[in-house]
Amino acid sequence: MLDEKIIASLQDRFKENIVEVGESCGDSIVTVELNSLHDVLSFLKKELSFDYLLFITATDNPKREGKRFDIVYQLRSTETLDEIRIKAAVNEGEEVESITDIWVSAIGDECETYDMFGIWFKNHKGPGGEGLRRAFMPDDWNGHPLRKDYPLKGDDFSDKWVEKLLPEGQRHQPDHTRMP
Amino acid sequence: MSSSDIRTVELNMGPQHPSTHGVLRLILRIDGEKIVNIAPRVGYLHRGIEKLAENMTYQQFTPVTDRLDYVYSMNNNFAYASSVEKLLGVTDQIPERAQYIRVIVAELDRIANHLVWLATHALDIGAMTPYFYCMRERELILDMFEEISGARLLYNYVRIGGVAKDITPRFMDMLKEFVKIFPKRWKEYDTLLTKNRIWMKRTKEVAVISTEDAINWGLSGPSLRGSNMEWDLRKKKPYSVYPELEFDIPYYSEGDVYARYLVRMEEMLQSNRILEQCIEKIPDGPTMMDDFKKVSKPIKPPAGEAYGYNEVPGGELGFYIVSEGKNKPHRMKIRAPSFVHAYAIPFASKGYLISDVVAVIGSFDVVFGECDR
Repeated sequence: MLDEKIIASLQDRFKENIVEVGESCGDSIVTVELNSLHDVLSFLKKELSFDYLLFITATDNPKREGKRFDIVYQLRSTETLDEIRIKAAVNEGEEVESITDIWVSAIGDECETYDMFGIWFKNHKGPGGEGLRRAFMPDDWNGHPLRKDYPLKGDDFSDKWVEKLLPEGQRHQPDHTRMP
Repeated sequence: MSSSDIRTVELNMGPQHPSTHGVLRLILRIDGEKIVNIAPRVGYLHRGIEKLAENMTYQQFTPVTDRLDYVYSMNNNFAYASSVEKLLGVTDQIPERAQYIRVIVAELDRIANHLVWLATHALDIGAMTPYFYCMRERELILDMFEEISGARLLYNYVRIGGVAKDITPRFMDMLKEFVKIFPKRWKEYDTLLTKNRIWMKRTKEVAVISTEDAINWGLSGPSLRGSNMEWDLRKKKPYSVYPELEFDIPYYSEGDVYARYLVRMEEMLQSNRILEQCIEKIPDGPTMMDDFKKVSKPIKPPAGEAYGYNEVPGGELGFYIVSEGKNKPHRMKIRAPSFVHAYAIPFASKGYLISDVVAVIGSFDVVFGECDR
């Protein structure tokens, strides 16, 4: 369980932006508002020595009222060995501020989250300034496989996936061979 | 730097390249022999394991974890089992004999993985001979695993709540024999490479990574320990019976390919040391919690989420599991060290030569079953 001082200093700094502080199976979870996510993570790294980003992922809750996705960041401090999980609710079509400027290791994870859930990260900067792209699926693939409404098997997808779900400006540029 | 720069050339490497340990594609932008930029392309082995997990019961998923990094399947099973146990809150109820067996198979598997790594890494750089020596000892370990689990590659042996079967007396004999001969055999690889001038020329001062960068890029395991970081989850976040066992964390300050080589070499001996102690200390008793003896009985963790992790040979393997109280997980994210390491390759090899890229891929021990999931 996390030191109360850390939670207190977070609450002190981001009074209005913290939605919930909780715990599950011994892991500390802090839910924040989407627009403060970048500031919270940056504050955790710079002021509270959470220097190690373990992973970024998302969960899809289509039946939930309100925002559909939760975006999840797991951090660890290599000095104090504390761990903290930061969450924020994201709706379909909403953009998340990229944290590749804080952690380089976010590059792969953001590409993966975009690929699997269709959540767009703005200002994402890959190696050599490369933009956000699909991590696993082919460039011209339709749909985002880890969404709950994406079927487990079958390959008869039509264009309705991409057309229906992603607004303009939230699609990667298919580039099979070109790089920056 | 833009792609219209006439000095630079784009070179495609992989996905079918012998040094990429699977199917990694790198698009290199080079200036002569020098790397200006790399764009990594992964996903050629993507099987949708995380999607499969959402449609399987917890026990059904155990054999799928074998298929992550197929070189250290035992460790994958172990990491998955302990994550589910954390979610269920039964971590402290696992029988002690089962804990010891888990540590024995995990450490044996660590040696087996490092042997395969050493064999292929040396082969990539151009040393053919170590391959035959390494495979010789790996064979002994595979025989042992065959004795207890019936399989030689994908074991499905460590289960939720314990291990599948008790170890046999024959296994213990084989283990005692192995522990005795391994340090002598290790000396042979050491003589072949460690002071070898060609080896040192190819690996020393190549892809030097500072501690700060290593943490920033998310490196873990031996790759992080090569960068002057004394970090091992078995010590820093002790789990299972590791607190009762004595071993050191090897770490080196140079941060180059050679340092990561030394770390892994040293780790093999440390694993051997752990095995020696386990032979002495292993108690009698049950090897499975009573609640989990029947595989057909569904596991229904209470609604909640847990992130469980283990120190596997490649680094930190974690499972982030979200449960909604049903017999299937709502979401399972696998934190794969190979995925993070694959995305660190561009940063590590910038400014070095094309032939060094091969050394960098080898020094991170990237395996694509795990990276692509």
